[in-house]
Amino acid sequence: MSKEQSSQAGSLEGKSPFELRIYHGENISKSDTDKALKSGDIGFLHSYTTGSAVDGPGMRVVAWTTGCHWRCQYCHNPDTWKIHNGIPVTVASAVEELKKYRHGLKTMKGGFTLSGGEPLLQDRFAARLFAEVHAMGIHTAIDTNGTFGSRLSDEELKSIDLVMLGIKTWDPERHKKLTGAAIRPVLEFARRLAAANRPVWVRFVLVPGLTDNMGDISHIAKFCADLGNVERVDVLPFHQMGRYKWRELKLNYLLTKTKPPSKELIERVCSLFRAEGLIAY
Amino acid sequence: MRDFIQLNYKPYEGDEAFLTSATTRTKKLWARLTELFKEEQKKGVLDISQIPSSITAHQPGYIDRENEIIVGLQTEAPLKRAIMPYGGFRMILNALKTYGYEPDPHVVETFTKYRKTHNEGVFDAYTDDVRRCRSSHILTGLPDAYGRGRIIGDYRRVALYGVAKLIEYKKQEKQAIDSSMSTDEIIRDREEMSEQIRALQELQQMASAYGFDISVPARNGQEAVQWLYLAYLAAVKEQNGAAMSLGRTSTFLDIYFARDIAAGILTEERAQEIVDDFVIKLRIVRFLRTPEYDALFAGDPTWVTESIGGMGDDGRPLVTKTSFRFLHTLYNLGPAPEPNLTIWYSPRLPDAFRKYVAKVAIDTSSIQFESDEIMRRAWGDDSGIACCVSPMALGKQMQFFGARANLAKCLLYAINGGRDEITGNQVGPSSEPVTGDYLSVEDVLSKFERMMEWLAGVYVNAMNIIHYMHDKYAYERLEMALHDYAPLRTMAFGMAGMSVIADSLSAIKYANVKVIRDSTGLITDFKCEGDFPKFGNNDNRVDHLAAWVVTTFMNKLREYPTYRNAIHTQSILTITSNVVYGKNTGNTPDGRLKGEPFAPGANPMHGRDSHGILASAASVAKIPYRDAADGISLTTTLIPEGLGRIAEDRANNLQSMLDAFFGATGYHMNVNVLNRETLLDAMDHPEKYPSLTIRVSGYAVNFIRLTREQQMDVINRTFHGLQS
Repeated sequence: MSKEQSSQAGSLEGKSPFELRIYHGENISKSDTDKALKSGDIGFLHSYTTGSAVDGPGMRVVAWTTGCHWRCQYCHNPDTWKIHNGIPVTVASAVEELKKYRHGLKTMKGGFTLSGGEPLLQDRFAARLFAEVHAMGIHTAIDTNGTFGSRLSDEELKSIDLVMLGIKTWDPERHKKLTGAAIRPVLEFARRLAAANRPVWVRFVLVPGLTDNMGDISHIAKFCADLGNVERVDVLPFHQMGRYKWRELKLNYLLTKTKPPSKELIERVCSLFRAEGLIAY
Repeated sequence: MRDFIQLNYKPYEGDEAFLTSATTRTKKLWARLTELFKEEQKKGVLDISQIPSSITAHQPGYIDRENEIIVGLQTEAPLKRAIMPYGGFRMILNALKTYGYEPDPHVVETFTKYRKTHNEGVFDAYTDDVRRCRSSHILTGLPDAYGRGRIIGDYRRVALYGVAKLIEYKKQEKQAIDSSMSTDEIIRDREEMSEQIRALQELQQMASAYGFDISVPARNGQEAVQWLYLAYLAAVKEQNGAAMSLGRTSTFLDIYFARDIAAGILTEERAQEIVDDFVIKLRIVRFLRTPEYDALFAGDPTWVTESIGGMGDDGRPLVTKTSFRFLHTLYNLGPAPEPNLTIWYSPRLPDAFRKYVAKVAIDTSSIQFESDEIMRRAWGDDSGIACCVSPMALGKQMQFFGARANLAKCLLYAINGGRDEITGNQVGPSSEPVTGDYLSVEDVLSKFERMMEWLAGVYVNAMNIIHYMHDKYAYERLEMALHDYAPLRTMAFGMAGMSVIADSLSAIKYANVKVIRDSTGLITDFKCEGDFPKFGNNDNRVDHLAAWVVTTFMNKLREYPTYRNAIHTQSILTITSNVVYGKNTGNTPDGRLKGEPFAPGANPMHGRDSHGILASAASVAKIPYRDAADGISLTTTLIPEGLGRIAEDRANNLQSMLDAFFGATGYHMNVNVLNRETLLDAMDHPEKYPSLTIRVSGYAVNFIRLTREQQMDVINRTFHGLQS
């Protein structure tokens, strides 16, 4: 980060990138926020970490944006829902920080991942950041629910080397109940990426009793296979490490009693994807 | 030696598919020992022999004579520990008392009435300053009561030349200085060389008691291992050194194995069996020590460090099939901290080997990685690691090892005008303490520099005395017999608390630090107003402060002359003694509370490296090696899931990370791959995890051997990779 920015952001940094972090941006006025969102000069970031091996190929730098319009019942980052829970960071300072890792990320066959939150809620910031990072020769990836895919132009999509698209469930009713949002825009974005032949990893969170409907999963698998551009499917087992955040944020957590899926269940779900000729872990 | 290796070894660029698993014989032998380990764990020590140890003091010993391929034990029975009183007799008495043994009156009489030890010699010569610094714990872990260790005999020479030749060479070396005037130095050299020759003769005697004539060179692979091991065994019968490292033997031995296999007299299975049996012997090296010693060093370490891999000066990798065979013992015999297998890592090593070592690290958590690129350039391509991170050219270089100075405490002394922040005693030179309510960076830095200068002087003084006396009363005859005459000597100083200091100085510089005094005016606490950059986040504003303290202290040390003109070096390494150092240090300006552990080695403070492992490693890689030539240690803990979603990704990602770290200026990396739950369970059910190995700052230990406090410390370290 640049000097001014880091001294500004420095005091806001939490002890750990995984700790609960809220209301760091709350004294920023709505008009300033709107202006930032519109220009993309400034983004709101929950945190960033270096050396992640589970957010795309290789070892990666990952930044988590704040702000999400979905309310997935199993969300492990509810502290990223509100945009003002993030630290304001300029594109320039984010690029400056990433520059430090440019060489290392290449050696590690990794890159940069923008995750969230929903990064495309801050689509201007995301687009500008990706353009600069991509120009530096760093592999870029986005972890998104896809609803706002249409906000990115075809040109802007080209500076994203990999889209990690979350498909939460198949049945529109169940999708609505699970996430609070419609599935249609997600699938539309998926088809657009397929038509443009952009590489995609699909991420599917497996929650016992919630997303383990085998019929739904088969539909997703078939859909992904038909797209033709899905390189890999990540079957992510549900865990309870986000539970304390719901409690501290005084949110109503419905999955208190849900257990992580068994190895057998994970394997069964993977095999449904594999049956369609996809690579799934 | 190096020529022999370079002219004869065959680099191996393939993968691990050729390796064979443990034979029934090996499994049986290991099972037998496993039973003894359980008993040892219960009793503390299995048995003690009170015959003062020497190369020839004990009769030959066996685990199971018929079924052993490589033979030789320190005493007449496995895991039976011998007393080695020359380093210090008090430690022996304490150990005997702890384990319920009545000291043999003859031995007591000998070592109290007739024979002086290193320990007594040191205390005869210590200055008041040194004593004060010792008892206030600003200098800790000085090897003044036990063997100094960290000297590696070139044990390979015994296999290559045979002892008769080595004696002949030594005699020539000794004659070569006959024409020199008999000064203190020359007289000492002559006496030492006579002792070395005597030790070689004793080595021959010991070998013949086992039925071997090692006066001649080894003729095949099995003999090469046996000869080499007997030489090492003689060293660990003679010295209870803090670290008794092996050197760099695998590629040397591979030359013999390859020749035997080509001649059709050795199978792969047999070659592995020989290596397995050798490693079994290295795993059961034992010394009699006290629980306090074990607490300081975490467990009961012997540091039988074996250096594996690396590149040759000519660009060929020094990786051979026997490098793989050594590593494979971690599967055939299960994970273990000893021997301390250390990979000399370079991104230029063969791909298959890099993949394999990453896999071994993930599967066993029993290996460490050090920068071949940095060490080879400094010390050549036939060097080895002593202890955890100390490199030296084999047979041509040795070090005078010496503990650590607690620099965080030194900073507090600077602030308090030389008074100890816990006792209030005047330990350092009386000087002007900080007078205002807030710390100013200029004032603290200038006071700190002056205090470092004083501490460096006391430290060099102590080390000179210690090593003078160690040479005099507990000389490593056999190990030094396996060195050239007049080897390069380094004096290895050490620093504890680097990241505490970096963060403290950063707090003073970037935030406002208010001092809090007790009724006597002693500053005992600090209140930090505002935030500040912390070491471990790849932030130059604070990282340069860490580099500054390393370079500055090194330069202060260099101002004082050393015993035998040794070259000053320094390590940023604390093993697990970071817990003990923390316990003896008051509140620090960075907000660390009195008694809280320091971070181990060069690590960032626990939890303050908030941006992941690359940022953390990048900060550590900024410490300049030229001012820490004895090594810079970084320990990382990863849970397997954090390295990737599937096994193949994990190995690839770890390999990439090592490529990046060592492709830059990273020096050392310990990789613990495990999960928190495993560790918590192991604390409560040690019996379920007899061989759970974790690496702590330059070394691996059995987790269950750590104290509860150290176990918690390990668990509380940043677990990188909890996201997703």
